[in-house]
Amino acid sequence: MVSTEDNSAPGAAGGAPSGDVTAETVRRLAALARLTIDDDAIEGYRRDLSSVLRHAACLAEADLEGVEPMARACAEVNRLADDEPGPTLDAETVARLAPAWEEGFIPVPKVLGDTPTDSGEGGS
Amino acid sequence: MREWSASETRSAVARGSVSAAEVTRSSLERIAASQPALNAFTEVFEDRAMARAEAIDARLASGEPIEAIGPLAGVPVAVKDNLCTAFGRTTCASRMLEAYRSPFSATAVERLEAAGAVIVGKTNLDEFAMGSSGEHSAFGPTRNPWDTSRVPGGSSSGSAAAVAAGLVPVALGSDTGGSIRQPAALTGTVGLKPTYGTVSRWGLVAFGSSLDQIGPIARTVEDAALVFDAVSGRDARDSTCLDRDPARTRAVLGLPLDGLRVAVPSQARDDAIDGGVRLVFGLTLRAFEDLGAELVDIELPSAEEMLAAYYTVAPAEASSNLARYDGVRYGRRADLPEGAPLSDLYTRSRSEGFGSEVKRRILLGTHVLRAGYADRYYLRALKMRRLIRSDYDAVFSVMGCDAVLTPTTAGPAFALGSKLGAGVDPMAMYHEDLFTVGANLAGLPAVSLPAGFVPVDGLSLPVGVQLTGPALGEAVLMRVARAFEGVSGAAGRVAPEAAPAV
Repeated sequence: MVSTEDNSAPGAAGGAPSGDVTAETVRRLAALARLTIDDDAIEGYRRDLSSVLRHAACLAEADLEGVEPMARACAEVNRLADDEPGPTLDAETVARLAPAWEEGFIPVPKVLGDTPTDSGEGGS
Repeated sequence: MREWSASETRSAVARGSVSAAEVTRSSLERIAASQPALNAFTEVFEDRAMARAEAIDARLASGEPIEAIGPLAGVPVAVKDNLCTAFGRTTCASRMLEAYRSPFSATAVERLEAAGAVIVGKTNLDEFAMGSSGEHSAFGPTRNPWDTSRVPGGSSSGSAAAVAAGLVPVALGSDTGGSIRQPAALTGTVGLKPTYGTVSRWGLVAFGSSLDQIGPIARTVEDAALVFDAVSGRDARDSTCLDRDPARTRAVLGLPLDGLRVAVPSQARDDAIDGGVRLVFGLTLRAFEDLGAELVDIELPSAEEMLAAYYTVAPAEASSNLARYDGVRYGRRADLPEGAPLSDLYTRSRSEGFGSEVKRRILLGTHVLRAGYADRYYLRALKMRRLIRSDYDAVFSVMGCDAVLTPTTAGPAFALGSKLGAGVDPMAMYHEDLFTVGANLAGLPAVSLPAGFVPVDGLSLPVGVQLTGPALGEAVLMRVARAFEGVSGAAGRVAPEAAPAV
């Protein structure tokens, strides 16, 4: 879902390929990625992201008509594992790795009633 | 021992002229002495390494042949700290994982030990392998042993510095967009990024899963081949690992090369490349001609297009991979006030645990994958990726070239802090990867080789050149590399002993 005041939206007035993002976009991306960015750092990230996205605009100019996207680095298909039980982490190991452990469970703060920081898309 | 290659070390241990324990102790002493100046290591396994070396000596003393112990018997090896080890910590040079102790070892680590290697420690890196200078480490930057005011490159900064300084003969790195080859070039070492899928990624902390590959850093082509052979081959635990036998590149290094055709893309002669690097590259072209190679001018998608595709695909995959760090099951968990909601646990843990470059890439990846933007950025990058791969394929199959030759980087090692900090455009650092990202996007093997030295500020700095080969073409690629090594005059050098940093 794209916010209307976000001027980096595709087709926005002023020509989309510039790639420039706003401070509001940085805040929204941070919320989607479950990060907090201090107010005094927003401008730096805004400038950095804008610079990289401006560079990426050369992709918009390339002739990619009819080219099949390539998501993986090799043509061979993934190998399937044998459908047989194998070793997994035991509870003791999981307990050792967990930052908190209570009576066989990893405790987390209350989930019910938690208000999401965005409209529900993305997140960790 | 500082200058011994892995093969020489193993031979000396086999002859009995030195014990594995003596070799290991000597390596540990050099590491300790170098640490204040270079900061190449995040952790050193003194007791464990000595115990393992002594066990190898005991096996030899009992009459066991060295062949039974393995091709790396008694060789000290360092491992980048984004490879899981069931001993010590696995930090990724991040506050997020600074106390993390992996319950298992990476396949590549297990195979090193099965080959008789003695793992002496874990090496420093840019946090989660994101960076080209080694400066994005939560534990402080690694310094270049050729000039400690300069970076060693990254992200496998500690592995490259350790090998260049003669602390270990060989080390493992990982390469997502140049993280083995770029530091190899800046430290005068050999760095191989193998074909995607030839080395199991099981136990390598994921950054860009379709790009990441583990490989060796060494001072000689033979040592790089030795380590690559030892860690490669099928592994049921990584579904993207190819169903192939371990590579056998070392055994065929000396075979003759007839009718060698070396492709030179136009971007390799770009005016923006540093003058010293251009000079070394020109001499490299002449060396290949002297070896009997035919040089073929080619066109590939521009370096700028490759970089744009890479800095879209890699952050997209990173933002997805790093979503797992949420403060719940392992890694850093933020202290929260009573009654704070679960979403605060995620957000606070992630914000405290990740450094600024990691956050930058997560934000970028989130943006290029967002609804409304994915078609414009991510999808177009994947299409460019296909073009890059088909253009490389045409160079190898249609034009019949054996390798593509470029400089590895556009300049020699740069000063710490010069491409970093408030107000510095991140593209300045990302341009370090101009020549290296193509091999990752296309999944091809590529090796950086020391090609010469250039004088900078009264010191001599190494320059690297890169050979990229067809998929699964490591055997020929390393033969070409070995042939060039024989004539370059720049190979196998150990950096002068570093003075402690002031």
